[in-house]
Amino acid sequence: MTDSRSETVSVVERTQSVAAAGAVIATHFLGRTAVFVLGEEAMVFAEPEGEPRRVDVHAGAILATAADGKRIVSGGDDGKLAATNAKGETRALATDAKHRWIDHVALGRAGAVAWSAGKTAFAQGKEGKELRQLEVPSTVGGLAFLPKGFRLAVAHYNGASLWFPNATGAAAEKLEWKGSHLGATVSPDGRFLVTTMQEPMLHGWRLADGKHMRMSGYATRVTSLAWTADGDWLVTSGATQLILWPFQGKDGPMGKEPRLLAPSDHRVTTVAAHPGQAIVATGFDHGMILLIRVADGSEILARKAAAAPVTALGWSPDGQLLAFGTEDGDAGIIDLS
Amino acid sequence: MSELSSAGKIPVTVLTGYLGAGKTTLLNRILSEPHGKKYAVIVNEFGEIGIDNDLVVGADEEVFEMNNGCICCTVRGDLVRILDGLMRRKGKFDAIIVETTGLADPAPVAQTFFIDENVGRRTKLDAVVTVADAKWLKDRLKDAPEAKNQIAFADVILINKTDLVSVDELSDVEARIRSINPYAKLHKTERAKIPLDQVLDRKAFDLDRILDIEPDFLAGDGHAHHHHHEHEHGHDHEHHHGHGGLKHYHDEDMQSVSLKTEQPLDPDKFFPWVQNLVQTEGPNILRCKGILSFKNDDQRFVFQGVHMILDGDHQRPWKKDEQRLSRAVFIGRNLPEETIRKGFESCIA
Repeated sequence: MTDSRSETVSVVERTQSVAAAGAVIATHFLGRTAVFVLGEEAMVFAEPEGEPRRVDVHAGAILATAADGKRIVSGGDDGKLAATNAKGETRALATDAKHRWIDHVALGRAGAVAWSAGKTAFAQGKEGKELRQLEVPSTVGGLAFLPKGFRLAVAHYNGASLWFPNATGAAAEKLEWKGSHLGATVSPDGRFLVTTMQEPMLHGWRLADGKHMRMSGYATRVTSLAWTADGDWLVTSGATQLILWPFQGKDGPMGKEPRLLAPSDHRVTTVAAHPGQAIVATGFDHGMILLIRVADGSEILARKAAAAPVTALGWSPDGQLLAFGTEDGDAGIIDLS
Repeated sequence: MSELSSAGKIPVTVLTGYLGAGKTTLLNRILSEPHGKKYAVIVNEFGEIGIDNDLVVGADEEVFEMNNGCICCTVRGDLVRILDGLMRRKGKFDAIIVETTGLADPAPVAQTFFIDENVGRRTKLDAVVTVADAKWLKDRLKDAPEAKNQIAFADVILINKTDLVSVDELSDVEARIRSINPYAKLHKTERAKIPLDQVLDRKAFDLDRILDIEPDFLAGDGHAHHHHHEHEHGHDHEHHHGHGGLKHYHDEDMQSVSLKTEQPLDPDKFFPWVQNLVQTEGPNILRCKGILSFKNDDQRFVFQGVHMILDGDHQRPWKKDEQRLSRAVFIGRNLPEETIRKGFESCIA
C-alpha cells in the first residue's frame, strides 16, 4: 500500500483543523500565526488553539504571494500589490496603472520587493525608495532575488534576465535557453539560478560561468520547489516521488542523477523544506502529506490521503508547526513540538 | 490527458475569424442573451471593443514553442497563465470564451489543452468557432493564410453578414468553405445571430462525443449539404435551392482526406502508421479524427489530433446492429492523399 502509508509512523492526530472555506493556494507563517492564502480575495489567519479569522485583501483572485516572516506581499487580478502583517492589517503597496494582473511577487533582503505585470518587472529596494522597472521580451514567468545585493532574476520566454534595478541605464544580463520559463529560484548560496519550464523539466545556470544544467524526467510541469535548509538539495514536485537534485558540489547537479524518495502511485504536488533540518514536507495529489528525512528517506505520515490535491505547505520559523491547505479548502496546522 | 473524464471541467470556446468578420458581435450576443449563464472572457489586449462583462481578461497572444523536438508543437503561454488564474475564481462563471485576434492560428490554442496538464485537468476545449465574412472571405482565402487556417480548423463556422451578398455569392463562399473543411457545422447568419446552443457546449473535442453529435462528419465530399436538416435558424431557405447545385471547388493547398473501410484494422499496424504519419506530416495536418474497428476488439476506438498530438481511447462497445466501419479524416495543407490512403489500407488486419 504505497498510497495510504497505513503502516507509516503518524503524527496525524496532532492536527488542528482550520476551516479555510476556499481553495488554499499558499500558506505562510507570521510568527506563530499560520496564514492560509485563498485563491480568491482573502487570507485566513489561525493561531494555535485560536479561532481562525478571515482578512479580505484583494477584490478578485489572489495570484501570487511571498512572505518574509513579518508580512505577506500578494498580487491579485485586481491589479493590486498588497502587504498584510501579523495583525491582519493590510494595505496597498502598488496599483497597476492599467489594472493588469500582478501574478508574480518576490521578497529580498532588507525590505526589497519585486513584482510583475505582463512583460514588466518592478523592483523597489525598500518602501519609499525609487521604483524601478524592466521590460522583458515576453510575459514574466517568475521572479527571484539573489541572496546578496539588490539583484533580481526574471524568467521569461527563451531564458532569464539578471537585473540590477539600481544600475540605471545598464542592460540586464541575459541567460538564454530555448523555451518558456515559468518560475525562478536562486540557490541559498547565490551560485545557481533554476527555472521551471513549460515542459516537464527544470533548467539551471551556474551564474559564475553561465553553464547549463538540464533537469528532466518529470511526469508533469514542476510547480513547487524548495531548497533544503543546508542548501544541499533542491526538492521538487512533478513526479510520483520526491525529486531531490544535489547542489553540494561546485558543479551542482551537472552530470548527476537526482535522488528519488517516497515512491507512490500518486504525484507530488507541493513541497516545503524544514527551516532547520533536512526534512521535506511533501504533499501529494490525493491529499496525503509525508515528512521525509533526506538522510535516509524515512517517512512520517502527517496527513492521510483524502480527495483533493495538497496545494499549500509552510513551516513555522522554528520548524515546530507545519501548515497545510488543499484545493478543496481543507486546511490545518500540525504541531510537531 | 483523459478526454473521457471531462466531467466537472470548465468548457472553453475559442472564437476565431478574420478581422471584421463579426467575432465581437457574436461575443456580445453570447454575453447579452438571457441564458442565465456567466462567462469569463479572454480577449486580445489590443482589441478596441467595449465588452460588458464582469470577468474580462486582456491577453497578449504569446505562442511558445515546446522543447520536444517538434516544431509545430506550440502552446499559448498567455492561456496557460490566464486559465490558471481564472480557475482560482471557478465558482464565478460557467464557461470561458477565448476571442483570438484576426491573425491568430487556432492550433496553439487547441494544443495548450492537450499539452499543459494543469490546463487540461481543470478546463476542456469545447469547440473552435470561426466567424467568416460572407463578402470578403473569398479574398482572404487568397491572401491570408491565417483565414484559411481558421476555416480548416473550425468545428463550427458562421458565414456572417449574409445580407450583404447575393444568393450566388453566398453559395459560392459556402462551396469554398466546404472545399477546405467539409466537416464543420456551417451556419449562415446576419449580425452573428444564431441560437447559442449552436456555438456553445458543442463538445467537439470530447472524444466520447466525437461522432455522437456529428454522425455525418465523415460523410465526405459531395455530401456537403448533409447538414441542412440540422439547420433550424432562419436563413436556410436558399440552402434547399442550392442543395443540388453547390459548386465544387478544390482548394489549392488545403484539403481533407477521408478514409473508410469495412474490414477490421490491425492495431499493431495502425498505431505505428498513424504515429509515423503525424510525425512526418504533422506540421501540415491541422486536425484529424477517427473512429476505428480493430480486429478481435468489441470496443469502438476513437481518436483525434492536432498537428503532431494524438489523443485516443476506447469509447464503448460496438452495438449489435451497428456496422463496424473504420473511418478517419485528416484536414491539412498539401496532404499526400495517395500515400495516406495506401497507408491506411495497409493497416487492414
